[in-house]
Amino acid sequence: MYDLSNLCLLLVILLNFFTLGSSRLGACIRAVALQGALLSLLPVTTHGLTGHALVLAGGALLLKGVFIPWLLLSAIREVRIRREIEPLIGYIPTLILGALVTAASFIFADFLPLLPEHQGGLFIPTSLATLFAGFLLLMTRRKAITQVLGYLMLENGIFIFGILLSEAMPLMVEAGVFLDLLVGVFIMGIVMNQINREFSTLNTERLSALKE
Amino acid sequence: MLAVLILFPLALAALANLLPWYRGRSWLLPLAGALHLALAGMLVVHPGSAAAAGAWIGLDALSRLVLLVASLLFFGCALYATEYLNLRRDRGNTVMVPCLLVFLSAMTLAIVARHLGVLWLGVETTTIASAPLIYYNRNRLSIEATWKYLLIGSVGIALAMLGLLFIAYAALGSGVPVSLQLDKLLADGPLLAGPWLHAGFVFLLVGFGTKMGLAPLHTWKPDAYGEAPGMVGALLAGGLTSVAFLAILRGVQIMGAAGDLAMARQALLGMGMLSLLLAAVFMVRQPDIKRMLAYSSVEHMGILAIGVGIGGLATFGALLHLVNNALTKGCLFLSAGNIHRAFASKHLSEVRGAISALPLSGGLFLAGFLAITGSPPFGPFLSEFTILRGIFASGQLVIGALFLILLAAVFIGMGATVLAVTQGEPMEPELHSHDRLLLVAPPLVFLLVVLVLGFFIPPPLSALLQEAAALLEVNP
Repeated sequence: MYDLSNLCLLLVILLNFFTLGSSRLGACIRAVALQGALLSLLPVTTHGLTGHALVLAGGALLLKGVFIPWLLLSAIREVRIRREIEPLIGYIPTLILGALVTAASFIFADFLPLLPEHQGGLFIPTSLATLFAGFLLLMTRRKAITQVLGYLMLENGIFIFGILLSEAMPLMVEAGVFLDLLVGVFIMGIVMNQINREFSTLNTERLSALKE
Repeated sequence: MLAVLILFPLALAALANLLPWYRGRSWLLPLAGALHLALAGMLVVHPGSAAAAGAWIGLDALSRLVLLVASLLFFGCALYATEYLNLRRDRGNTVMVPCLLVFLSAMTLAIVARHLGVLWLGVETTTIASAPLIYYNRNRLSIEATWKYLLIGSVGIALAMLGLLFIAYAALGSGVPVSLQLDKLLADGPLLAGPWLHAGFVFLLVGFGTKMGLAPLHTWKPDAYGEAPGMVGALLAGGLTSVAFLAILRGVQIMGAAGDLAMARQALLGMGMLSLLLAAVFMVRQPDIKRMLAYSSVEHMGILAIGVGIGGLATFGALLHLVNNALTKGCLFLSAGNIHRAFASKHLSEVRGAISALPLSGGLFLAGFLAITGSPPFGPFLSEFTILRGIFASGQLVIGALFLILLAAVFIGMGATVLAVTQGEPMEPELHSHDRLLLVAPPLVFLLVVLVLGFFIPPPLSALLQEAAALLEVNP
């Protein structure tokens, strides 16, 4: 089970890089979906086949792996965009930055006062690396949809950390968190649709009328 | 009883979706507001037996205080909303009414939460429920404001979740059964692992500080408050910010229980001073009245943070200021909304002579300005003065002097804009709308309450404030 967790986490990191380096939106959405699906295995591989772990895994799979990606895919189909054009920072520099933050996460995690059972594991560094990759995506891309993907990736990073602590969150709260994520992305989808209708583009650089 | 307080607005929200009658739907808002206020008042006066130690929801002095403020503010805004929505039939109320009711429910949930996970849920739900409210006017500017609000708010609140998980991890290390239940955390405070707790508090402060609008996390605020209808601005600036502040205070309580109150206070003090400074800078020559109010909100969030950051008497002052700020902001945003509608502009270049055109709304706006900048005899004068006394009593002379200078700068900056708007003669004699009873009565009542609080704090309120301030002092 331990090996399976580590394999999942390594794949999660690879998917971070794939998303940071790809310009095709459809592929990015699928990568984040796959990442969500992989994450949904982790509660089971770490805590065994308990009821709580199964519900958590099922919820994550449905939401992060299936439903939200489907929502986003139908959104890009509707507005007919395929590619991210001209990100604020190019793809190669973003990838290099991504590599740097991933390395930094691994080094940083070594310095954290972790519990003995978490020391040397992949959970904490992967969580941090995914979080930072999400941030990078959020800040360097102009399309509203890629920004939402960045937000989802950031959530994924937090989710990985949360798996270590699943007993801290009662199931009811967990369910509420999922529901909020779903509704949040749904509302973001609606706003994206309105942006597209009003500005005929999903580029958020057009959203710059409000300033001092 | 508490569960009813959370659930009945949701039931009314569902009803609002089914009701095909426009005015009836609007009137659901004051109905919910009145019921909520009555129930909340009853619960505040007769708290009954103390909440069970492990319960997820319950009331302590802090939550009673914020509950009362939020409930009163919502009721006033709901009355205003009936008339406002009647004037805005072009935009409809099928989204507005349910969203406002869900917003009320989520705010209540966050206020009464005794479990940090539940608290997080409540605050996150307010973000989602208020996004459609900001988008009410459906133009390019409101899309931009909504998008920024949603994205910045969601990322902020996600970081708050990380903070909660760090706090849980702090418990994991010391062999304490992991729980995010507040009473358990407070009881186990000294056992929590220091570094994780500190990191957790910082993330909580950043996350909920984003919702509260403390500088430098306030960037969404002027846009969102500027583009939202006045009534929504009032609820966000008076209600939601108080709730987010309560969430930060929960973090302060835990830090206090762990014996790290000094660090929490320093962090609050730093952010508070920065908020005050940035707000003062941006408020000078601000040509947009609603954006000016947003910066004023940043300023007052800073004052709240400074009060709690100093501690002692200043904490009491800060909690009193929470009440004053919420109600004064209610008055200001509602009257600014009236002015905006009558002149069809909120820009200084087009709005002149508000008092001669709209004697009531213009007068309320001017009086609200005097109140919020801490002029006697209004309540904020008393609370700001108390905070100032606390600062000097703690010996922080430099901070006290800076605090005074920045307040003066805000007064001058805001005064220039407000006087230009209210004085003189209107440029166009034709107004787009006029004062109506329900559009001026709620802000008037808010202002009167603030005025009364400037002269006299009722003993029960004073006791409640003392009790709430004591919760933030615990240092076992």
